[in-house]
Amino acid sequence: MVLRLRERADLWTLLMPPTVWALHFLYCYVVAAIHCAKLGGISLTEPNAGQSFAPLGEVRLLVAAGTLVAWALIVIGARQAWRHWGSSLEDLPHDAATPEDRQSFLGFATLLLSGLSFVSVLFIALPAFLIQDCR
Amino acid sequence: MSTDEQDKALRREQEERLSRVWHTPPGWRYWSAVNNSEVGRWYTATAFAFFLFAGVLGLLMRAQLSVPENTLLPAGLYNQVFTLHGTAMMFLFAVPIFEAVAILILPTMLAARDLPFPRLSAFGYWCFLIGGVFVCGSIFFNAAPDGGWFMYPPLTTDPKLSGIGADIWLLGLSFIEVASIAAAVELIVGVLKCRPPGMRINTMPLYCWYVLIVGGMILFAFPPLIAGDILFELERLAGWPFFDPARGGDPLLWQHLFWIFGHPEVYIVFLPSIALLAMMVPTFARRPIVGYSWIVLAAVGTGFLSFGLWVHHMFTTGLPAISLGFFSAASEAVAIPTGVQIFVFVATMLAGRVVFSTPMLFAAGSLGIFVFGGLTGVMVAIAPFDWQAHDTYFVVAHLHYVLIGGMLMPLLAGAYYYVPLVMGRKLSDRLGRWVFWLMFCGFNIGFMPMHFTGLRGMPRRVFTYPGGIGWDWLNLISTVGAFIFASGLVLFTWDVLVGLRRRPYAPRNPWNAGTLEWLGPLPAPEYGVRSVPAIASRYPLWDQPDLMRDVDEGRCYLPDAEEGQRETMVTSVLDSHPVQCLRVPGNSFLPMICAVLVGASFIGTAFHFYWSSLVVGIAGMFAIMAWLWQGTAVIPEKDEKPVGLGLSLPLYVSGTKSVGWWAMFITLFGDMTAFASLVFSYFYFWTIHEVFPPRWPDGTPQGPGLLWPALAFCLLAGAWGAMLWARARNAAGSATGLRLGLAGAALLALGSASAMLWAPWQAGLTPTEHAYPASVWVLLGWAAAHLALGVVMQGYCLARSLGGKLTARWDIDIHNVVLYWHFAAVTGVVTLAVVALFPLLA
Repeated sequence: MVLRLRERADLWTLLMPPTVWALHFLYCYVVAAIHCAKLGGISLTEPNAGQSFAPLGEVRLLVAAGTLVAWALIVIGARQAWRHWGSSLEDLPHDAATPEDRQSFLGFATLLLSGLSFVSVLFIALPAFLIQDCR
Repeated sequence: MSTDEQDKALRREQEERLSRVWHTPPGWRYWSAVNNSEVGRWYTATAFAFFLFAGVLGLLMRAQLSVPENTLLPAGLYNQVFTLHGTAMMFLFAVPIFEAVAILILPTMLAARDLPFPRLSAFGYWCFLIGGVFVCGSIFFNAAPDGGWFMYPPLTTDPKLSGIGADIWLLGLSFIEVASIAAAVELIVGVLKCRPPGMRINTMPLYCWYVLIVGGMILFAFPPLIAGDILFELERLAGWPFFDPARGGDPLLWQHLFWIFGHPEVYIVFLPSIALLAMMVPTFARRPIVGYSWIVLAAVGTGFLSFGLWVHHMFTTGLPAISLGFFSAASEAVAIPTGVQIFVFVATMLAGRVVFSTPMLFAAGSLGIFVFGGLTGVMVAIAPFDWQAHDTYFVVAHLHYVLIGGMLMPLLAGAYYYVPLVMGRKLSDRLGRWVFWLMFCGFNIGFMPMHFTGLRGMPRRVFTYPGGIGWDWLNLISTVGAFIFASGLVLFTWDVLVGLRRRPYAPRNPWNAGTLEWLGPLPAPEYGVRSVPAIASRYPLWDQPDLMRDVDEGRCYLPDAEEGQRETMVTSVLDSHPVQCLRVPGNSFLPMICAVLVGASFIGTAFHFYWSSLVVGIAGMFAIMAWLWQGTAVIPEKDEKPVGLGLSLPLYVSGTKSVGWWAMFITLFGDMTAFASLVFSYFYFWTIHEVFPPRWPDGTPQGPGLLWPALAFCLLAGAWGAMLWARARNAAGSATGLRLGLAGAALLALGSASAMLWAPWQAGLTPTEHAYPASVWVLLGWAAAHLALGVVMQGYCLARSLGGKLTARWDIDIHNVVLYWHFAAVTGVVTLAVVALFPLLA
């Protein structure tokens, strides 16, 4: 669904960038949660929950790698969307009942979603670099 | 007779036939109606009634808190009141009213005669009514849930502390959630497949985009709560310790599951209301919306981002800061698409010439309130601020600003806008202004001070407070404001119930709007649209000048009901090419009977009448099968029929072309989300335990072993293969092959399900001892139950084949059941891999 490049824009191509965002989000959360629970010794069921000074260690590297992959996928999706859109600014708002406008509209909306997803991926990655340890 | 007169006579006959076919019966049989206009009206009225009920509870709370040391409500009753206020507002009003309004107006927007599954809508409605009355009624027996609307364990898992209330909450609401998912399926398929010819994906009304997104969100948000409810009830009724730390459980797991549902739910109620604004802003700005694609961006973007926010309700639970950071970042990011929508509305108003009207007054007021609530939302999304404000009245103020500004006020704008469409008459503009200003001022007087009461430290959910600590006058003002707010609502209710009847019928298209819902005469005839037009614009009433006349004169598609059947058009997903003339089932009491039986089994379970619940539940299942037997995959008398304008469409299509296949696919997506939540729970326990699975006394890890899961896997693979084989044999025209395949698959599936349950049993895993065996049992039980349901479907197909209703030509059932089996097989394989193989890795 995600990587196969398509000639024709459809609802799956529209959903690709935010899906990548969602997977990236889940990935970051899981990587950090497992690291701090398994290696950082965080235990929420005992007293002093969250008091672990264990360093983030490989979390930063993993988050960075995941972020690069997510960005790459979003850029691929955006490039495809750009192609579907046909970079036809003068044709906006793509409201004619024609296959061309349907294609341009889906391309343009996907491009916008790629932008949002790209920025949101950055948002999600930042905490891994702003926070020091598993506290 | 001249041709003109012949034309007129024909038209009259067509209209009579349409009226007869879509007629809603009088008297007690009225309640057998399944037509979207009737069901939508009941749904809306019922949801609004629950809203008023929950509003009264809110006023009771405000009355109790008006002065310090008040004794109006005792503490226990106060707990029930605030729990039920939140529960009813969220589950019985905010989400159902979306479904109600969508069922009511979506078909008119699509120029469809009805949604594809009218009986499913009716079933959903009856479930909602029964479940809602059950949950709300409990307070009159002093038995309402009292643990807060999010039911945090361990307070609520202890039956001694919480009484029957928590069971009523869990089972009553699970029942309603099933209805919500049914409505979501109906609406998604409606938007994707029931648009008029030519209404391509880039020209459909924005409301449809929102319905599509929100429907999808329901499929991903509600199932985790259903999964959570199952775990919760298993703990309460059977002692399986999912949330009991003493036996390896964790109360935080419930918070995760609840808020994975609970946060997207905020957007599930917000987006459809904003969608109403997206319909009325262009109408009153007298121009097309500026930035249609940007709204799509905003709706899709919000839909996704809203799933990354759930932990911001759990900032104070001791999770590591880095986890909080991710959720805090996502909570900030969601402000981007939310803001985009508001800018689009503002831009549309600036670019057009705004005609002032009551709906726009509400729209403007709602945006003001919502933006304020959104800004405090950005504040509480910052974890350190939230640590200060958590569980105080600041949060109460914030959430009411968001929900009333983002959901209730736009909904009222929508009410002023759409009441003429539904009732044929306009609400009073003069009273409307009174309603607005009473509500707007009352709301701000009531809720603005709560920010300060919160910052001064007043916690939520306290039934009283001592005087002289700076909360007294703030609370008094809040109470006064709440009653002013309520007086506005009383006035609105009076206008809807009484005032409306005194006014004359509104003219056709009273707001001079551009979208299709305003196409028909007012009051609308029962059959809805006179004939289904071809659409070539986002605002066809503005851009296609002959449209109304052509539709009225029956010159478009489906102008007649020659065979006396209810029919609507099905088109393709992206470009709306006509693909089928869909016969939709007519009025029936079966949906109501099914809802009563299924509801009774849920309610019986809440009161621990297990055996009678089981019997009633099985009766409900048979009633559902009777409904399916008689109302679905009906074999038409001919292959295709002319639908007008020289077009002939098939009456029966199967596989991916049929709406039933799509409904099955979408439902199973939701089912998969519930399953994923159970798998998440299993791995959640792994992260919180140093040793997981726990060890037997001899030091070997616990687990169901490998032998029986392997056997279950082989049998499951066989069952799945046999289903594929049965479908292929059926396509080749061999009824014997189909029946052999089905029977063989059923036997193999029963074997597989038995092996799944035998595996933990023979290994001695006791679910009440520890969260680990409990999670293994719940996963295997889930998979086995899916196989058992699959066997019921196989039996149904077998009976259909023997009854001559399932053949090589008429093969909807087998396609849909094989689709179910794809999902069931995935569920089974993942379950077996998790429970049997993961212990080896760990």
